[in-house]
Amino acid sequence: MPVYATLIERIWFYAFRVLCGAVLLFLILPILVIIPLSFNEGSLLVYPLTGFSLQWYREFFLAPEWTMALKNSIIVAPGATVIAMTLGTLASIGLTRADFPFKSTLMSILISPMVVPIVIVGVSSYLFFAPLGWTNSYLTLIAVHAALGVPFVIITVSATLQGYNKNLSRAAASLGADPITTFFKVTLPLIASGVTSGGLFAFATSFDEVVVTLFLAGPEQTTLPRQMFGGIRENISPAIAAAATILIVFSVVMLLTLEYLRGKAEKLRTSVPE
Amino acid sequence: MKRFDMKPLVAALICLSPLSAFAKDLTVISFGGANKDAQVKAFYEPYKKTTGNKLITSEYNGEMAKIKAMVKARNVDWDVVEVETPELIRGCEEGLFEKLDWSKIGNKKDFVPAAVSNCGVGFFVWSTALAYNSAKLKGTPTGWKDFWDVKKFPGKRGLRKGAKYTLEFALMADGVKPGDVYKVLATKAGVDRAFKKLDQLKPHIQWWEAGAQPPQFLASGDVVMSSAYNGRIANAQKDGNKSLKIVWTGNIYDVDSWAIVKGSKNKDAAHKFIAFTSKPENQKVYSQNIAYGPTNTKAIGMLDAKVASQLPTAPANLKDALAINVQFWVDNGEELEQRFNAWAAK
Amino acid sequence: MTDTTLSAPPLLTVDGTPLKTRLRHIERLNQFKSLLLILPLIAFLVLTFLAPIAAMLVRSVDNPEVAPVLPKTVAAIQQWNKKSLPGEEAYAALASDLTAAKEDPSQLAEAAKRLNMEIPGFRSLVQKTARNLPMETEPESYKTALVELDERWGDPAYWHAIERNASTSTPFYLLSSLDMSVNDEGEIAKAEPDKAIYLEVFARTFWISAVVTVVCLFLGFPLAYLLATLPTRQSNLLMILVLLPFWTSVLVRVAAWIVLLQSGGLINGALETVGLIDEPLELVFNRTGVYISMVHILLPYMILPIYSVMKGISPSYMRAAISLGCHPIRSFWKVYFPQCIAGVAAGALLVFILCIGYYITPALLGGPKDQMVSYFVAFYTNTTINWGMATALGALLLLATVVLYAIYNRLVGANNLKLG
Repeated sequence: MPVYATLIERIWFYAFRVLCGAVLLFLILPILVIIPLSFNEGSLLVYPLTGFSLQWYREFFLAPEWTMALKNSIIVAPGATVIAMTLGTLASIGLTRADFPFKSTLMSILISPMVVPIVIVGVSSYLFFAPLGWTNSYLTLIAVHAALGVPFVIITVSATLQGYNKNLSRAAASLGADPITTFFKVTLPLIASGVTSGGLFAFATSFDEVVVTLFLAGPEQTTLPRQMFGGIRENISPAIAAAATILIVFSVVMLLTLEYLRGKAEKLRTSVPE
Repeated sequence: MKRFDMKPLVAALICLSPLSAFAKDLTVISFGGANKDAQVKAFYEPYKKTTGNKLITSEYNGEMAKIKAMVKARNVDWDVVEVETPELIRGCEEGLFEKLDWSKIGNKKDFVPAAVSNCGVGFFVWSTALAYNSAKLKGTPTGWKDFWDVKKFPGKRGLRKGAKYTLEFALMADGVKPGDVYKVLATKAGVDRAFKKLDQLKPHIQWWEAGAQPPQFLASGDVVMSSAYNGRIANAQKDGNKSLKIVWTGNIYDVDSWAIVKGSKNKDAAHKFIAFTSKPENQKVYSQNIAYGPTNTKAIGMLDAKVASQLPTAPANLKDALAINVQFWVDNGEELEQRFNAWAAK
Repeated sequence: MTDTTLSAPPLLTVDGTPLKTRLRHIERLNQFKSLLLILPLIAFLVLTFLAPIAAMLVRSVDNPEVAPVLPKTVAAIQQWNKKSLPGEEAYAALASDLTAAKEDPSQLAEAAKRLNMEIPGFRSLVQKTARNLPMETEPESYKTALVELDERWGDPAYWHAIERNASTSTPFYLLSSLDMSVNDEGEIAKAEPDKAIYLEVFARTFWISAVVTVVCLFLGFPLAYLLATLPTRQSNLLMILVLLPFWTSVLVRVAAWIVLLQSGGLINGALETVGLIDEPLELVFNRTGVYISMVHILLPYMILPIYSVMKGISPSYMRAAISLGCHPIRSFWKVYFPQCIAGVAAGALLVFILCIGYYITPALLGGPKDQMVSYFVAFYTNTTINWGMATALGALLLLATVVLYAIYNRLVGANNLKLG
């Protein structure tokens, strides 16, 4: 704000900031209000707080339905992430390596799991896999979750590869490294941040997925979001707030990791190789 | 680079997936909430203790789709499911449930007649009744006519989001005697009449889907009156919500049954489990934990008067009650549910 | 090109092949290797994603229930004039088909259920007729015997319904999804009013999506502008506030909005304490709740693309315009805004596309009048097991998405999608 600003400019300046502050508040407030409720003594999910208690965390970590849901989420999301990361990274390398006809069409098909309505993915995979007897299985759930995570890996890895200097691979090859050594020793370390952030997106996609799980998973594959979905619908208790708080802490960790990686990638792109 | 071809690996991964469906412990699926809590105390825990077998238990909201998909795929991993009677009969007709071997379960004569059928064993009698919050409502409603009277009793109403029961209640509110409800509903004009009556109340309705919702809505004041499962209201009273009350006039009762999913790999254990839950001493514990009536006539005598008076099977509560017409809902259920859903979405 | 080849001898590699051929060869090999890298993913997506969707599309016109159960009837009905009742041979064929069908009650039940969709009550007619077959003594005329058993067999409408199911594929579900049906004359007509809701549901889906997109744009644009113009350190800090909801589970946010919006919730409590209202406002389990929560969920998808475009716009253009005497508002509108139109289009389309497929938020925070197409897809799949309707509605929803996605690709390009 320059000193020579007129009154109208000043008013506009502050009004604009107030508006933006309100939008930020709108974004962040709902996430903050649920945290205190998880420490509340009462059994209803309402303010005002009646007293401090850790009983809802006890329930979350001890009640079999919550521990099973947590366990399932910890099985499914990493599984989906590994598949999405591996296949997505290979494909991204293939996509940036050469030009071929229908490349952009192919690209949009590979990204389409991100935009196809999730209910359609859920219903179609349910109707497709049920006659084969593949529903109620971890592997099917992991596979479909991986398909949902693939677009994120493709997008981030392709973006990172665009900044990748191909001469480095050529140099490695001319020094006698075979393509696989070149990939693991030269390419992968340089695009690692992109691969990891794509993986984080894929992980978050699976970790937060409820609709496909609703259709495909049996009672033994109930994941954390699925358990919360049932809870919100039927029996809203502060245990949900406890689960939510844990998930929020989790997303903060993921977000900070991602920011760290982004910073690293930025440095990589701008720094001069020694 | 060829060594990076993932196809065989993916194919192998996918081929592995049916392996995860190996034979396992008995899986019992029931409606959740307070009903399941009572089942845990009365059936699941004692069953595990006396037989030493494990149980996998989970809940659902009565959707037949999962059962149908399992049976069609011949990949059944639910063994015993709790179903309402129209679904039981329809599922039996469509071959979704196993025909039961009653010799393994017990003497048919020990059960109330509605609990006995080819594919199912009724294990409790429950009722959908009018419930209200006396702390938030001025005056005492006496029946479904008052439920529709938003002038005399202002405030929101809760109803189950579905045609079953809702149409019957609408007709009773419109002055149809309980005994004539299904006669009227069997005609196109009668169905139109029920929907017309529902139109009047539509702006004041908050729909519920799970049995745990009505007591929550009533306690929080979101609605002042609601249709509700009597057991859920009784449990809420026990938990301290003393102001929740039930009006028994015009309640509709039904039996919930166990059925064995066709193609279950644990048929023997399933029969044993059902027989276990049919024993009078176990049904007694169930009724003590949630106010639903036992189907084993021997269990009725074992309950003390205070518990018995809260059950749908108590003579005073049966006086103005209506038994669900199973055949009507078997024939018309799907069509009316679709029409209802279309109506509700408008 | 031709000039060089004519004027000079072709360049050769060590082994004597022309360089051009060799290069083309290498290029082709390179393409092949690249494809080989993409192939695993394509195979994987075909199996887990594309094949199921293709199967769903096929299923939306699939009609496997009636024809295999009533093969003779279907054959006999081909000669029917479709005006009066069919002849004796059709009735005899029906009796014989139904008798045979009793062998497999579940198949019969499926066929009866399918016919019941055409005419309510057809199910019990089929079941009742099957129960009474075979007749104790072979009747002289099956026509009289069946009409005597139930007079509905004397109504051509029921025969029209069978005739419409003579083929194993049907437009029935797709037409129903557009509030249409085939009448007894074989023409496409409007569906009965108590069944005609889907056009309204599609309109509602687009309306809700449009409202959410517009609100997101109005809230997101200024914030994106602020983030793009603030010094990096501050903008990074604020960016975290935008990204945190983006990374937080949708279920967590739905639960949070219930806490805030319910009748005994924080917002109503605050308004009552201040004295603005006496009765709690209805903010949730209706359209308001759906709008609020969907804007909250989709806002980051609007902010991020706009932000990334604005970040690349040099502030000197605006300064130049203003210093040349153009009013700040006018220069913003004429100079700055046109440059970020690409980001606005990307954000708006992305939000709209994601919005039309939404399921969880309306299901948990809306009432029956706020449900969008996705809800009906799930309803028909799970509750009434009408998979024909579910897949037909799904196919139409998919069509809408694909068209919008194609526009998006045209305008923005799928590979230009940026995250975070």
